[in-house]
Amino acid sequence: MKIELILIPLLPLVGFLLNGLLRNYLSKGLVGIIGSGSILGSFILSVIVFMQIKAGNTAIVEYFNFIKAGSLHIPFAFQADQLTSIFLLIITGVGFLIHVYSTSYMHEEEPHHFARYFAYLNLFVFSMLLLVMGANFVIMFIGWEGVGLCSYLLIGYWFKNKDYTKAASKAFIMNRIGDLAFLIALFMLISKLGSVTFSEIFTTEALAKLSGFDITVITTLLFVGATGKSAQIPLYTWLPDAMAGPTPVSALIHAATMVTAGIYMIARSNLMYSMAPGTLNCIAIIGVATALLAASIALKQNDIKKVLAYSTVSQLGYMFLALGTGAYVAAVFHVMTHAFFKALLFLGSGSVIHAMGGEQDMRKMGGLSKYMKITNITFLLGCLAIAGIPGFSGFFSKDEILAGAFATSPVLYALGLIGALMTAFYMFRLYATTFKGRFRGTHEQEHHLHESPAAITIPLIVLAILSVIGGYIGIPEFLMHGAHSLKEFLQPVFAQSYAILPTHEVSHSTEWMLTGISSLLIIIMVVLAWTRFSKKPDIEDAKGFGKLLQDKWYVDEIYHSIIIKPLNAISAFFNNVFEKNIIDGIVNGVGRLVNYGGRQLRWLQSGQTGAYILMMVVSVLLVFVLQFFMRK
Amino acid sequence: MIALLLILIPLLGGIITFFIKKEEGARTWSLLAAIATFIVAILGFTICNSAESLTYKAPWMGLLNSSFSIAADGMGAMLCMLTAISFPIIFVSTWNTRYSNAKNFLGLMLLTQAGLMGVFLAMDALLFYFFWELALIPVYFICSQWGGEKRIKVTFKFFIYTFVGSLLMLVGILYIYSKTNSFDITAFYNAQLPFDQQMWVFWLFFLAFAIKMPIFPFHTWQPDAYQQSPTAATMVLSGIMVKMGLLGLLRWLLPVLPVASYSWGDTVSTMAVIGIIYASLVALQQNDMKRLVAYSSIAHIGLMCLAVFTENKSAVQGTMLQMFSHGINILGMWVIVEIIERKFGTTKMSELGGIAKKAPALTIFFFIIALANIALPLTNAFIGEFLMFNGILGVDPNISKYGIPFAVLAGIGIVILGAVYTLKMARSVFLGETNSLTESGTDIAFHEKAILGIIAVTIIVAGIYPHHLLHSFEDITNSILNKSDVLHLLKTKH
Amino acid sequence: MGESEGAMPINYYIVLALALFTIGIVGVLTRRNAIIVFMCIELMLNSVNLLLVAFSKMQPAKDAALTVAGTDGQLFVFFIMVVAAAEVSVGLAIIVMMYRNIHSVDINFLNRLKH
Repeated sequence: MKIELILIPLLPLVGFLLNGLLRNYLSKGLVGIIGSGSILGSFILSVIVFMQIKAGNTAIVEYFNFIKAGSLHIPFAFQADQLTSIFLLIITGVGFLIHVYSTSYMHEEEPHHFARYFAYLNLFVFSMLLLVMGANFVIMFIGWEGVGLCSYLLIGYWFKNKDYTKAASKAFIMNRIGDLAFLIALFMLISKLGSVTFSEIFTTEALAKLSGFDITVITTLLFVGATGKSAQIPLYTWLPDAMAGPTPVSALIHAATMVTAGIYMIARSNLMYSMAPGTLNCIAIIGVATALLAASIALKQNDIKKVLAYSTVSQLGYMFLALGTGAYVAAVFHVMTHAFFKALLFLGSGSVIHAMGGEQDMRKMGGLSKYMKITNITFLLGCLAIAGIPGFSGFFSKDEILAGAFATSPVLYALGLIGALMTAFYMFRLYATTFKGRFRGTHEQEHHLHESPAAITIPLIVLAILSVIGGYIGIPEFLMHGAHSLKEFLQPVFAQSYAILPTHEVSHSTEWMLTGISSLLIIIMVVLAWTRFSKKPDIEDAKGFGKLLQDKWYVDEIYHSIIIKPLNAISAFFNNVFEKNIIDGIVNGVGRLVNYGGRQLRWLQSGQTGAYILMMVVSVLLVFVLQFFMRK
Repeated sequence: MIALLLILIPLLGGIITFFIKKEEGARTWSLLAAIATFIVAILGFTICNSAESLTYKAPWMGLLNSSFSIAADGMGAMLCMLTAISFPIIFVSTWNTRYSNAKNFLGLMLLTQAGLMGVFLAMDALLFYFFWELALIPVYFICSQWGGEKRIKVTFKFFIYTFVGSLLMLVGILYIYSKTNSFDITAFYNAQLPFDQQMWVFWLFFLAFAIKMPIFPFHTWQPDAYQQSPTAATMVLSGIMVKMGLLGLLRWLLPVLPVASYSWGDTVSTMAVIGIIYASLVALQQNDMKRLVAYSSIAHIGLMCLAVFTENKSAVQGTMLQMFSHGINILGMWVIVEIIERKFGTTKMSELGGIAKKAPALTIFFFIIALANIALPLTNAFIGEFLMFNGILGVDPNISKYGIPFAVLAGIGIVILGAVYTLKMARSVFLGETNSLTESGTDIAFHEKAILGIIAVTIIVAGIYPHHLLHSFEDITNSILNKSDVLHLLKTKH
Repeated sequence: MGESEGAMPINYYIVLALALFTIGIVGVLTRRNAIIVFMCIELMLNSVNLLLVAFSKMQPAKDAALTVAGTDGQLFVFFIMVVAAAEVSVGLAIIVMMYRNIHSVDINFLNRLKH
């Protein structure tokens, strides 16, 4: 197991080094083979590891001493258990498909930029693998920051565009805000428990050493870290801007994998969170609030990728809602199904954008189903999955989340359901506007419309199949007894938490009812959106409340005026006034005082010999007089 | 013997350089001297690192009870190593920079190296002071002769500022000497001045170190000096010289005046924290790359100073590692700034842009160094900053009650604002479209690639496998902390 | 031994020396001619010499075995005279040079250092 585990991240790293260092010498074909092949290798190894874990062989492997100072000992170690293996499969599996897709999507780039792109992508997979394989928080943090870096590099891949690089910086900095909270939580863990190794701290005995306050603070800080990485309120605004990157990047990083790092981290620390009910409530509220906020914004966006981006934020909100209600399995389940259908949707939108010659505005599309058969069908399947139509993967995971929410509080359930309805609505608004109705672009664009090549359509087909069948590993209890194989598989990871968390049993009849209601409402929404927008798409700019949604509730503007502006003002004040006049002023003032004193003393040096002698005599006399009076 | 050679080679090499008339000859000779020092350092700290070869003691001023006593402990060895690595890199990276009267320039550089080695090795207070000044004076001449337009004013300020500091330190040294009657470091360690005396002698030493590092509010000489000095001198100033202050704190302040260091700890830490936030904010506003790097350095040094005064094992060990990492990273940063200045004739960020298109190799190296500057994991600075933050936050509540606010505020400055200004620099210099100035840019030459490659590899290797380096600081950290352990002293008294 | 019979009391010497010294000072302060200033300096030196000799003469020997009065002061006077002689030679040379350069011996012209 030791060798397999180290090879899983090592292969993408080698791919990164080869593509990065030899980018001027490799042909595009070779770059694509190295880039995709290394991920395929990791995927195969991940499957082998998964099999071993399924057979019950979990492992913690230490490679070398990473940091050792004083009593602090942090080994470079990997942990392979059920949770890790699920994420390994998602990352390498979906990652491989997206690499294949990229070979075609990015084909117009110059060879060395093409190689740079694949190098970044491989580095990303490497970091992401470190994140999920690390056996302690520090290794996880390496990956955590690493994926942030790769996200920065890939968002700003077209670095000649200043707006793109700005979006990249924004993503990195907002992630860093979360990272600081994450780091502080780490240091608190070290100072209280003396360790950050999962197997040492996530035991009931170790955590019992923490006071209730400590545990709440630590879990909250970690959650703040997660809001940065997983784009939750208040740190979500970077994700929509991150759509500046190439579309496959949005699919891989900003939909399927990186943004789920926060969910992985909390699922990994589930025992600690289960012991902090206050934090869990907070997570649930933030999660559902994000889900609603982002969904409401998505209703009125016209950029195809922006809709998907807000949809991602919203779906991540659902995952946090699941975590907050203690439904950890549901969260992981949704991570998985979401990875399938959201990657599919992003790649599908990429295929559309490709066909449209770079156009992303849905108002200029329409009627594409005639031209792009495969993209159309796969995209539709993805929309059905994300909307939660019964039978598709999204249905199972979302239903489980909503059931968990209902068990905790009906209010959360109601809010979650509203979010789900909005999801169905905006997804089919997107679908209808893009694929149905008549084409609204230019003639030239219409002339160029074509189905994408096989390297693009095959990943779409594979992902579409997964989006349809992916849900059947988590069939809920009330439909079929003992068919939730994911829950069974993950049982050891969450066992300790289940022992602590209060259990709210919901009867099967209630569940039937809830599912029925939600499915019915969702189908109504789908029909509504489909019929309306295939006939009469939103062409005009929105007014009134719609404009508020279209302008994203002005959150960016608010952040700008309450954080960035004051910060700039204060730093300008420090630089222009305080530094120059006060600090340097004092230093120069001392110098000036000495100069001034010198000038004032200068008149004594008149150059007149007589004056000098007079001064001498007067001083001598003065000394005598003083001596005389001091004698007493 | 090795320790002595580390001082002698650059000293003699420097003196000989003054007499080589041909510029090429002087350059080659000075580079050879620097490389010889480097080889000696490598040999000394890896193969023949026996205690005898690393210490040297000879009578010096017998009447004053002062001897020429030098030794390389873990920290000294690391700093000598840093100096020994830096100088060949400096010489090679500025190989194409033209100086009038190059032989004098190079000779003075080597003299500075000798002075620096002496500071890091001296185990006698008077000798320490001697080398301290010896390192300063050549730099003064370099900056005032080969600097930018405003060099006279700026260098004068820099010189007077640091000189006042060192005179205060001399007073402090003499005061302790008046009690111990010996300049030897062990005598200083055993001085155990009474509380009230420690309280004011502390400031004599601390001011000298604070100005040298520099920390807020004694930093105003630095941005000007970095901007106006020739880049080679700036590299020495920022990469190595600022470490003199930190070494001073760790070797000559904490163990010598433990009670005062403990009592003034929170005051100093507050200054450091204010400095971190302040310098980071000011860095946001800079338009000149040199000034930006200068303010970023002030913030990072502030963090190290903060870590030192937590008197915590993790923090002190992290500080030592970070001294090394910071030296390497900022050296790399200056190499890049130097290349940009030479290629485009300016370091103003608003005038540059789009270099990535024209010089991809330079851009890659810049990003590696910039990411190390913001302490991304798997770069050398991450380990150091991680340990320092860990120590600051986990500080013994008996030493400071404010560990958590200090760590959070420092984190805001270093982790968040650090990323903001570093990325701003990356964006406005390297990314975007090229303009008329950068349109004609070319990528870097082979020797520049080699140097930056060495720096980049050092950054990454030390970031992935810092174990050996960290391990070599363990003994010296323990001994410093044992000597400055006030809490233990108090316990044994009661 | 104390004061010798019939010898002048010390007061007379002191008053004379004081008078000479004051004349010297006033001369130095008021006159601008370098030669007169120079002479006044000599006058002050000599007044001091006079005082030294007088005190030396009046001072009883420290050792009872010695019958001669103390000679320390008189020795000093020799030193002063030697120094004064040297000073004269240098001083006069300066004055000559000064006359050659500016055709005057007025010391108020000697203020170049100020500029």
